[in-house]
Amino acid sequence: MREVAVIAFAQTRHTDHDEGLIDFELIHPVIQEVKERTGLSRFGFTCSGSCDYLAGAPFSFVSALDSLGAWPPISESHVEMDAAWALYEAWVRLQHGDVDSALVYGFGKTSMGDLREIMTLQLDPYYLAPLGLDQVSFAALQANAYGAGRAELDEIVRRSRADGRSNPHALDLDDPAGDEFEVAPLRPYDVAPITDGAAAIVLAAGDLARELAERPAWIMGIAHRIEPHYLGMRDLRRSPSTEAAGRAAGVGKGPVDVAELHAQFSHEELILREALELPAGTVVNPSGGALAANPVMATGLIRIGEAASRILDGGAGRTVAHATSGPCLQHNLVTVLEA
Amino acid sequence: MGNRCAVIGVGQTRYQTKRRDVSIAGLVREAALRALEDAGLTFKDIDAVVIGKAPDLFEGVMMPEAYLADALGAAGKPMTRVHTAGSVGGSTALVGASLIQGGVHDRVLVVAFEKQSESNATWALSTHLPFSASLVVGAGGYFAPHIREYMRRSGAPDHIGTLVAVKDRQNALKNPYAHLKIPGINRQMVESTPMLWEPIRYLETCPSSDGACAMVLASEDKVTGTPAWVHGTAMRSEPMARADRDTVSPQAGKDCAADVYRQAGITDPRREIDVAEVYVPFSWYEPMWLENLGFAAEGEGWKVTEAGSTALDGDIPWNASGGVLSSNPIGASGLIRFAEAAQQVRGMAGEHQVDGARTALGHAYGGGAQFFAMWIVGAHKP
Repeated sequence: MREVAVIAFAQTRHTDHDEGLIDFELIHPVIQEVKERTGLSRFGFTCSGSCDYLAGAPFSFVSALDSLGAWPPISESHVEMDAAWALYEAWVRLQHGDVDSALVYGFGKTSMGDLREIMTLQLDPYYLAPLGLDQVSFAALQANAYGAGRAELDEIVRRSRADGRSNPHALDLDDPAGDEFEVAPLRPYDVAPITDGAAAIVLAAGDLARELAERPAWIMGIAHRIEPHYLGMRDLRRSPSTEAAGRAAGVGKGPVDVAELHAQFSHEELILREALELPAGTVVNPSGGALAANPVMATGLIRIGEAASRILDGGAGRTVAHATSGPCLQHNLVTVLEA
Repeated sequence: MGNRCAVIGVGQTRYQTKRRDVSIAGLVREAALRALEDAGLTFKDIDAVVIGKAPDLFEGVMMPEAYLADALGAAGKPMTRVHTAGSVGGSTALVGASLIQGGVHDRVLVVAFEKQSESNATWALSTHLPFSASLVVGAGGYFAPHIREYMRRSGAPDHIGTLVAVKDRQNALKNPYAHLKIPGINRQMVESTPMLWEPIRYLETCPSSDGACAMVLASEDKVTGTPAWVHGTAMRSEPMARADRDTVSPQAGKDCAADVYRQAGITDPRREIDVAEVYVPFSWYEPMWLENLGFAAEGEGWKVTEAGSTALDGDIPWNASGGVLSSNPIGASGLIRFAEAAQQVRGMAGEHQVDGARTALGHAYGGGAQFFAMWIVGAHKP
C-alpha cells in the first residue's frame, strides 16, 4: 500500500456542558490549527464524521462545511459514523495515488440531548428499540457477561481520570467514589462522561508527509470489521471484530508502546486489551481515553490523533489506536502507527 | 483514479409509496440479493459493504448500518455508512468504487435505501437548530426560488417544466421498477395539478418512495458477466453560506463535471455521452443541469428540452428510467442514477434501453445544491 502518515492533529478543549457554540464555531478552531501547523490551506480530499441525532436536526455536517472555507469547491465526503471511519475513507482515497493530502474531522455535542436515550435509536427499530433498551443497560449486559472485577474497573477509571486531569483537552474529573450503580454492575463513573468537542487530522502521503512533518506517524495498517447486531448472536465476553481488525492491521507484528482504546465503559478496556493481545508493557490511554472525554463522533478519531501524537512528539515508536461504533463494541477499527 | 473498477451486478426493488410487506432490513436485502444474483455471486464473495441513505430522521433509525449489518451479510467484514445529503446514493457508489480503485478490496457491495413510509421526509427536513431557523418547508420550498431565478435569467417559457414532467413519466411506463406510472400522462394533466411551491406543480415534483438499490463492484481480475467499466469518478462540495455562491448553476457542479469528463476523456458531453441519468427531483432541474453539466450553453438548456433532445428517442436521452421524478427513495435516488447508467452501457436496461449506449453519466446532488457526485461508465475497458 502507499505510504500515508498522520502529520497533524488538533482537538478542542472538550467541555462537559454546552458552551453555546454552534457546530461551525466548534470545528473552525481545530481546522485552522491543523492548517497552520501543516502550512496547507487546500487538501486533495476531505472527509468528516458526525451524527444528525446528536444535533437533533438533519444535515448537521452541512453547516460544518462552512467552517472549511470550501471555495473553490472541494472534493469531500462524509460518514454518519465516528470520524475514525472518515479517516479510513481518506486513507483509501490516498491509495489512488492522484492526491497527496487529506483533511479529516469529527465533532459532537452530547450535551444537547439525552445521549442514553438517543443511542437507543441505533437499535433494530422493530424488535429492540421499542423495548427501550438503552446504551448503559446494553453495556452492563456485556460487563456482566465478561465478569470484570470491581477493583480492576475502579483502577481503570482512577487511572483514566488521573491521566485526563493532566491532559489539557480532557475533562477534570475526580477520582471515582461512591457505591451506587448506574446499571449493575456499572457505576456512574464506569460510563464515559457527556462531552462536547471536535478534532481534526491531516493525512499526507510519501514525500509530502516527510516534507511537512519532522516525524510523521506512518499508518502501517488500518482495518475495520463489524459484527452481528443482535447480542444473542455474539459472545459478549470477547470482541471478535477487534481481534480480526487487529490481525488485519498487523498489531502483533511488533511492540506496542502506546495503545489508545475507544472504551466508553471501563470494562470495554479489558475486552479490547485481550482482543488486541496487547503486551504487558503497553501504556493504555495516556490521554485519559473516552472515560475522561467523550465527544461522540470525534472520540475514535481522537484515539488515532493521540496515538499519532505520541509518535509525532518523539515519545513513542509504535502505537495502536482503536475506534468503536454500535452497541457493545459491534464495529471496531484498528490503526497501527509507526515512526 | 487508481485501479480499474467495474459494475458487475445491479439490483433494485420496485419503488412504491409504502412497502408494508418488508422491514427496512428486508428492503435492503431484497436489492442486495438481486445484485448478487445478477453478478452470479453470494454474500460470501463480498469483501466489504458500503451503505448510504439520507438523514437518519427519515426513518427514525440512528446510524442504521449497525442494525443492517446482519441483513447485508456484513458480519465479519468492513462496513461503511455514507451520508452526503441528497447526493448520498452517488457518493455511496463512489466510496465503494474507491475501495477497489485504491486496491483495498476486490468485490464490494454498495447499497442505498430510503423507506419514506416510516416517517415524513418533508418535516424531517424542516427541523432546524433553534439558532438557525428555516423560512422554508421541505426541499420544494428551498428550490422553488432557484427555479424562478433560472426562468428569469434564461427567459424560458413557463411550459418547459411541464415537458420534463411528461417526458420522464412516459419513460417510467417502460421501467418495471418505477413508482409513478401514469398512463396517458400529458401536459394538460400536469398543468391541472395544484401549485405546491410556485412555479412547481404537484406533478412536477418527485414522489415519496420506499425502495433500495444495490450494486456489486469488482476489480479487473474479478470481473464476471457483462461489466460496466468506471471511466471517471468525482465529488465536489461547496459551502451553503457563501455570499456570492451561484445556487442556480453551482460551481461545485461545474467543477465535478469537468473533473469526471477529464478522467473519461470527454470534451463534448452532448456528443460523446450516449445517455445520462441525472438527479432531477423537480422538473425544471433538467434544463438547469443541462447547462451546469455542459450539455447546453448558459441560458440554452430549456431549448434542448423543448426540442425533445432529452427524450428516449432524442439525441441525448436524459433519465430514460423515468428518473427521480418517477421514483424517489431519497437516499437511494443517486445510486439508482449510477446503477441505471451502468445498466444502459451493459445493454441491460430492458424496455428503456437506449440503443447502442456505450458511455453514460450518473449524477446526484444534494444539500442546498452544494454536494455533487458523478461517474462516467462505459461498455469498453478504460
